Amino acid sequence: MRFSKEHEWVELDGDQATVGISAYAAEQLGDVVFVELPPIGKQVKAGEALAVVESVKAASDVYAPVGGAVEAVNEALADAPETVNDSPEAGGWFVRLKIADPEEAEALMDRGQYEAFLRTL
Amino acid sequence: MRYLPLSDTDRAEMLAVIGAADIDALFADVPKSARLPAPLDLPAHASEIEVERAIGAMAAKNRSAGAGPFFCGAGAYRHHVPASVDHLIQRSEFLTSYTPYQPEIAQGTLQALFEFQTQVAELTGLDVANASLYDGSTACAEAVMMAARVTGRGVAVLSGGVHPHYAAAAATLAHSAGVEVRRLPAAVDSEAAVIAAVGPDVACVVVQNPNVFGAVTELSAIAEAAHAAGALMVVVITEAVSFGLLKSPGAMGADIAAAEGAAIGVGLNFGGPHVGLFACREKLVRQMPGRLCGETVDAAGERGFVLTLSTREQHIRREKATSNICTNSGLAALAFTAHLTLLGGEGLASLARLNHARGRGLARALAPIARLEVMTPRFFNEIAIRLPGRAADIVDRLADRGILAGVPFSRLDPGAGLDDVVLCCVTELTTAEDIAALAAALAQEVGA
Amino acid sequence: MNAAARTRPAEPVFEAEHKSALQQDEPLIFELGRIGRTGVDLPSTPVGADWDASDLAGLTRAAPRLPGLSEPEAVRHYVRLSQKNHAIDLALYPLGSCTMKHNPRLNEKLARLPGVADLHPLQPRSTVQGALQLMDALAHWLQTLTGMPAVALSPKAGAHGELCGLLAIRAAHEARGNPRATVLVPTSAHGTNPATAALAGYRVVEIGQTADGHVDLADLEAKLHDDVAAVMVTNPNTCGLFERDVLEIARLAHAQGAYFYCDGANFNAIVGRVRPGDLGIDAMHINLHKTFSTPHGGGGPGAGPVVLSAALAPYAPLPWIAHGPEGFALIEEKSGVAAHAFGRLCAFHGQMGMFVRALAYMMSHGADGLRQVAEDAVLNANYVRARLASHMSQPFPSGFCMHEALFDDDWLEGVGVSTLDFAKAIIDAGFHPMTMYFPLVVSGAMLIEPTETEPRRELDRFCDALNELAEAAKTGDIERFRAAPQYAPLRRLDETRAARKPRLKWTSEA
Repeated sequence: MRFSKEHEWVELDGDQATVGISAYAAEQLGDVVFVELPPIGKQVKAGEALAVVESVKAASDVYAPVGGAVEAVNEALADAPETVNDSPEAGGWFVRLKIADPEEAEALMDRGQYEAFLRTL
Repeated sequence: MRYLPLSDTDRAEMLAVIGAADIDALFADVPKSARLPAPLDLPAHASEIEVERAIGAMAAKNRSAGAGPFFCGAGAYRHHVPASVDHLIQRSEFLTSYTPYQPEIAQGTLQALFEFQTQVAELTGLDVANASLYDGSTACAEAVMMAARVTGRGVAVLSGGVHPHYAAAAATLAHSAGVEVRRLPAAVDSEAAVIAAVGPDVACVVVQNPNVFGAVTELSAIAEAAHAAGALMVVVITEAVSFGLLKSPGAMGADIAAAEGAAIGVGLNFGGPHVGLFACREKLVRQMPGRLCGETVDAAGERGFVLTLSTREQHIRREKATSNICTNSGLAALAFTAHLTLLGGEGLASLARLNHARGRGLARALAPIARLEVMTPRFFNEIAIRLPGRAADIVDRLADRGILAGVPFSRLDPGAGLDDVVLCCVTELTTAEDIAALAAALAQEVGA
Repeated sequence: MNAAARTRPAEPVFEAEHKSALQQDEPLIFELGRIGRTGVDLPSTPVGADWDASDLAGLTRAAPRLPGLSEPEAVRHYVRLSQKNHAIDLALYPLGSCTMKHNPRLNEKLARLPGVADLHPLQPRSTVQGALQLMDALAHWLQTLTGMPAVALSPKAGAHGELCGLLAIRAAHEARGNPRATVLVPTSAHGTNPATAALAGYRVVEIGQTADGHVDLADLEAKLHDDVAAVMVTNPNTCGLFERDVLEIARLAHAQGAYFYCDGANFNAIVGRVRPGDLGIDAMHINLHKTFSTPHGGGGPGAGPVVLSAALAPYAPLPWIAHGPEGFALIEEKSGVAAHAFGRLCAFHGQMGMFVRALAYMMSHGADGLRQVAEDAVLNANYVRARLASHMSQPFPSGFCMHEALFDDDWLEGVGVSTLDFAKAIIDAGFHPMTMYFPLVVSGAMLIEPTETEPRRELDRFCDALNELAEAAKTGDIERFRAAPQYAPLRRLDETRAARKPRLKWTSEA
């Protein structure tokens, strides 16, 4: 699992990338009440807005940590947005992308680097 | 100055607590060149008696609607408001409270809004209603913008039966956002004509029922055509009492209803304040403009109400908000809901039947006048009448005789080429004598 | 349903003034009323045997499935609901930026005169000369107080006025061939400002703030260029400070051909002492429900007339009031003098009911009294600020504030009480909390606006209560804050639940 400075995580499996937000981000947002997910097939470049995650008093863009085409979204979040808080880095995933360039993920931080980055905030 | 409680002693002592030499010290950041040295050239403060006399004199120069026969509608309808409604909205706790940001001490306003939303959803036949917008015309403009967001398309087709002011308000808002408003020519039967204008670039069709000529139309086929092309149908209603009799927008396939609610509980007010009703299908709720009230529980498990889904709104989403609306029409929404609670669904239906009966009475009374043409075939309580001459002139002459005969169409849309058309409306407040007086005066004016 | 009186904590954490014994649980009308019941007797004139809906065959519905209540039941329902609301008529209501001041009842009375309330907007002009005179008089007061040559009366609320101002600016730029692309908005602005700019088709670029709470002139200058349509600044700003560089802001904007829009939400702080027209402002909306005390009504209706500079006046929206040979006229179409009007913002002429109230308020105060309004509003805010300064921290402690005093949450650091907890505890002390978490540029912001209609005794009562609460927080009486409010009609509400599973109307299955 690799992390962006915007607190997204990405997990690669071949040319598939699963994307979500980190436990730190979920904690910062507070109770997640809604996740706006992209349509299947949408093409995104790394750094572009991919989804919106909402708490009662805030709406935050979630950016694509890597580029690709949206293959699947986590439909379960519609009925159970709290999964993002309960299991941010597993069951609370947002989007599955078919990626073009696996090297984009290489540029992201690993967990150790991300935790070091969090200590600087 | 009766509204300012501080005495000069208070002021001096408070300045001492603050540590300011004088009041001017508190305004030190104002550039010297912009500091006014003395009061402006306006009258000095006035007693309650004087203010009442001055404004009373202005009011007395007007011919109020209730002072004689009255037939104006065209988007503002004069209905009776029970005395208890006006009493209730003047309760201090409703009148002098703010938007319910602290729900624990605003449950009165919030519960009333929740009831209002439920009532509006039932009347419009749609799933979800918001806590009101400014008025019907701005609700219509917001509906157009919402349809553009939902569909990602940039054209709104407006029937020629949509109130021209509504069309103008929608065009104003759409223009800067790059949404094109295509308004079809004004005509009594123009709702059906929108079908031909539906295309793949169309975000929504906007139709009105009854339309500005008073015509009642079955809209289901329009909805089907719109939906087949991937567009939404927005239904505008300007006469809320018609909800008691006519098929609801939702029942005819509307995706969004934008209505003027002032006919119930609010009154004419020379055009404002009124109250915008706004409802849509559930799946569209996150694109809805305006405040929404929702049910929840408190820390002790008691039912309560809060403003919710606020992330759509400007105070959180800022430039990405669904609308810039902050204030809605709270107290007017309260008047609407209180009046509707008194009426109940059955009472509203009776009131609507009475209005329709009066409408038929009006049409019947005018039918014998050979030089008039009643243009509206199926109507609720308003009809368009073609006169042998400029309607505005005839309306002015009847006004001189104490009869407010209606609204000349040229007043709404001077370029429509319908200068000989007047819109005449009746309600439960119109008497048989009023109708007889209008018929007689018109017959004299145009020659029977 | 909740018929039984609510159980209160057996031992309140502290004694507070409250009247909860009089508070009733009140079901929804859908649980109280019956389908088929009505509380309105229609005229006995029968709809009659001669009524039928044959002409509307296929176009009608059955009666809406809405319950009705008899008049006694309806009156009791709404009066019981009303008692669950805080109101300015009950106690100080210090919502910063909202201006909760006394609403004179004379104004309510005048707004209900038949010659005002019972007028149709499209009656022949000859029959509404008094109404047009009244609007013209209001316009004259607004123009004189602001030093601006024109005013558009039709905007229905402050945000609608912002839109009006930006659309006039857009029209002025378009008339020169280029609407331009950007509007500059300070980070401290009301959310309506960026939302309005976006609605008007502009890209929003934020400008920063200095360490002492003012617009960062260097940042403004860096971001100003010839594609900026307008600079949109609130003055006095949302930190309660007068933008002392306002003349320079205007000069910089104008030098790039941009217009200067002022959010006039806080005009009540300077009315009668400063004219926006003397500050280089091109457009400013005035919330009649703030500065001129038309009632807030639980969230509207408001009114947001916009004053315009000579450069923008030709683009003002329809309708216009004009003086004609036969008295007052209404120009309702784009022609003649109004040929450049940007269009129509809404049906009819604006919030007449609010115009009457605002005019009555202005006439009651007069030129002298309105100046006193600003002075007393600023005095009261500074008094509250001085009295709370020993217990609460301020982001901008130097100098004086205008009509509202801004505090932050520095003083709560490590105490274990959040801004929200503190605010909810104020409810238990009998007051409405101040504006919280706004402006966004200040951490844990608490914005207090007492207004000029508060007597000193009420200010002292409020300051005593807040200081006592602050003391309690700092000395570890945490539970009192976390459990607050305990003496309100309801305990703290679960907003997360409301947003996760929205229930936006009553349904019979519930």
